[in-house]
Amino acid sequence: MRSSGAVVLGVVLVAGCRLAAEPPSGSAPGGDVEERSITAVSYGGSYARACVKGYHEPFTAETGVRVHVADFMGGLAQVRAQVEAGAVHWDVVDLNVAETVNGCDEGVLELIDPAILPPGPNGELPEDDFLPEMNTECGVGTLLFSTIYAYNRDVLTGPAPTRLADFFDLERFPGRRGLRRSPEAILEMALMADGVPKERVYDVLSTPEGLERVFGKLDTIKDQVVWWDTSAQAPQLLADGEVVMTTAANGRIFNAQVLEKQPFVIVWDGQVLNRGQLAIVAGTPRLDDAIRFVRHAARAESMAGVGRYIAYSPARYSAEKLIDRHFETGTEMWPHMPTNPANMKNYLMTDWQWWADHGDEMLERFTAWLAR
Amino acid sequence: MTSQGSPSVSQPPARPLWRRALGPRLRAAGLALPLVAFVTVTFLGPMLSLLTKSFHDPEVADALPETMAALRDWDGQGTPPDAAFAAVAREFVAARTERNLGRTANRVNRVASGMRSTIMGSSREMVDAAAAAEAAGEATDGAFWRETMIAIDSRWGGPEPWRALEAAGQRFTARHYLKALDFERGPDGGYVRAPEVWRIYVPLFWRTFLVSLGVTLLCLVIGYPVAHMIANSPPKRANALLLLVLLPFWTSLLVRTTSWIVLLQNQGIVNDFLVAVGLIGDDGRIAMIYNMTGTFVAMTHVLLPFLVLPLYSVMRAIPPAYMNAAVSLGATPFQALRRVYWPQTLPGVGAGCLLTFILAIGYYITPALVGGQSGQLISNMIAYHVQTSLNWGLAAALAALLLGGVTLLYVVYDRLVGIDRIGLG
Repeated sequence: MRSSGAVVLGVVLVAGCRLAAEPPSGSAPGGDVEERSITAVSYGGSYARACVKGYHEPFTAETGVRVHVADFMGGLAQVRAQVEAGAVHWDVVDLNVAETVNGCDEGVLELIDPAILPPGPNGELPEDDFLPEMNTECGVGTLLFSTIYAYNRDVLTGPAPTRLADFFDLERFPGRRGLRRSPEAILEMALMADGVPKERVYDVLSTPEGLERVFGKLDTIKDQVVWWDTSAQAPQLLADGEVVMTTAANGRIFNAQVLEKQPFVIVWDGQVLNRGQLAIVAGTPRLDDAIRFVRHAARAESMAGVGRYIAYSPARYSAEKLIDRHFETGTEMWPHMPTNPANMKNYLMTDWQWWADHGDEMLERFTAWLAR
Repeated sequence: MTSQGSPSVSQPPARPLWRRALGPRLRAAGLALPLVAFVTVTFLGPMLSLLTKSFHDPEVADALPETMAALRDWDGQGTPPDAAFAAVAREFVAARTERNLGRTANRVNRVASGMRSTIMGSSREMVDAAAAAEAAGEATDGAFWRETMIAIDSRWGGPEPWRALEAAGQRFTARHYLKALDFERGPDGGYVRAPEVWRIYVPLFWRTFLVSLGVTLLCLVIGYPVAHMIANSPPKRANALLLLVLLPFWTSLLVRTTSWIVLLQNQGIVNDFLVAVGLIGDDGRIAMIYNMTGTFVAMTHVLLPFLVLPLYSVMRAIPPAYMNAAVSLGATPFQALRRVYWPQTLPGVGAGCLLTFILAIGYYITPALVGGQSGQLISNMIAYHVQTSLNWGLAAALAALLLGGVTLLYVVYDRLVGIDRIGLG
């Protein structure tokens, strides 16, 4: 009696959990027309909008498969959790290279056959057309984005900051700083601002003394930092005057500049470039559609579609030629692109191998430092 | 035998009585069954299974069984026997091919940082070496792998990576607890206290304890007069006042917390007001949220009803005649309060403070929303390890320490004050 009651309750509870974990997408039950859909996860805001306009909508028009957009804040935690729990409701995830390499090693991402990559608009072979190191076993490169810092000309009325070191100079530029609550790019920027040559950044970061040095540098601004989590917060903090300068993904600042006419200025000195990829969550029941989606996103036209909404450089040479002006405002895109030579006078390319090996450890150290 | 036999003669009439009593008792217990089942399934079961994870971590042992068997006889000095090299190579290559070595490597990396890159980097080349050896028809025995692995990464020629593998392969382990107490693995494989800059959990436990204590005291200072006023008002006014206490109590925690953000933020209502009346300049806005101040203000507000309500019900039961008697016998109002009224409210103070303190010590949402970085408590760290780092062993150890701490406080309280003195009215 006692045990059967518990069993019945247990069954009800488990069934409830199953129902709750059921993905919102998938085929519509009972309908005559089976509607197919996948869930693509990225960083929300203006970037997600660029993706929707740039290649989600054309993909749906071409294949009839709807694309649900979900937001996250980067990282593999939710992907790992879904795969381990056996309840995969994300299909395609926007990640950086270090994350896809890690996820690939752990088996939480699907292997992607390079043969699915489409040729360029003039028949360019994918292996020649993609920028170097854009594709990995589980990740298909779509763009290059950059972590820069920007300031609001209406708030910072005095002399303008021009160098990366100015971000850490509270004497010449007093005021609160916005920083993403993540060790990515910040560690590199702090070391470069502390005078470490960019070629040696990762060597120094690999030593205990280097870690002390980088967190020591961050300590000098810690009490002035406003931490943000989602990329859309950075331009908001600048616009509200909550901070005088903030690190940001360059495309977010660009969108605020052209769409909201914000008087923001990007400091390109010491920009940290990184590669953005699409990856497929292992075990998704919608694998075929997910592969079709990734294949579609890997077209030069798709990358150009994104690049005409937001200033992220495409992963293919052939796509660069297709990008000219912003879709809505007609602004010339190339002056705002992170890979424009004028913006590349002093830049660092993220070492994905280093981050794949040290990412979890850095996140732990960073969290420990934050909580201090 | 015979001495036991004689009383049993008188027992037969007792059995039906016992049976007759059983029926209603079972039926009564049956009413509580749904609750018992519910608590077991949703609370006790998950809690125990999670607490088990704090000392039981079989993942690496299950993933590398042959390696663990080969390392069992190793004395921890120099390098292990050839058999261990052969076993580790076999299991690394197999796991790498099946793409689940990354998870094992992550687990080992938690024991000794840097092991992830050692394992992933070496295994990549070991797969190639195994294929090359097979193509050439060479034997891949322990001696072969010893040479190959040390050639790939010289660290395999020392004891450290092997000690890390061995430690991560312990099914039953205290390492999560050691980490939760800010110990880390020293160079010789033993545990030493982490350097001061990297200590994080012990200071956070202290901070959590002090914040909870502070919030409880603040609630008491604010709540005591409020409860007294409600308890001594005429019924109509008391009801209205009680409603004012209960209304926020019924409002969602999230709503109340975010309301404080609207009020206290840099461009918020309080700062705007202070600037407008000229108390502070526009550039001198006070940081009242996303720091410890925000945590204190919001937590005190959220927890206040938990102190006011037990106090109120205890105070209502105190006849006003006692205070009148004390004053008429010559006590000053303060003396009467201190020596007559206060002692009688102690059961309510005890109940309210214990309730508030225990709730505060596990607070998570409010500090996460309004605490910024300096206002984070230990629960936020537990949430981080559950949701982001997925280090459930460490999360469980932290939770177990917190649970142990609260239980200890409860026992101390029971010894000093006596739980039976707690009253809810």
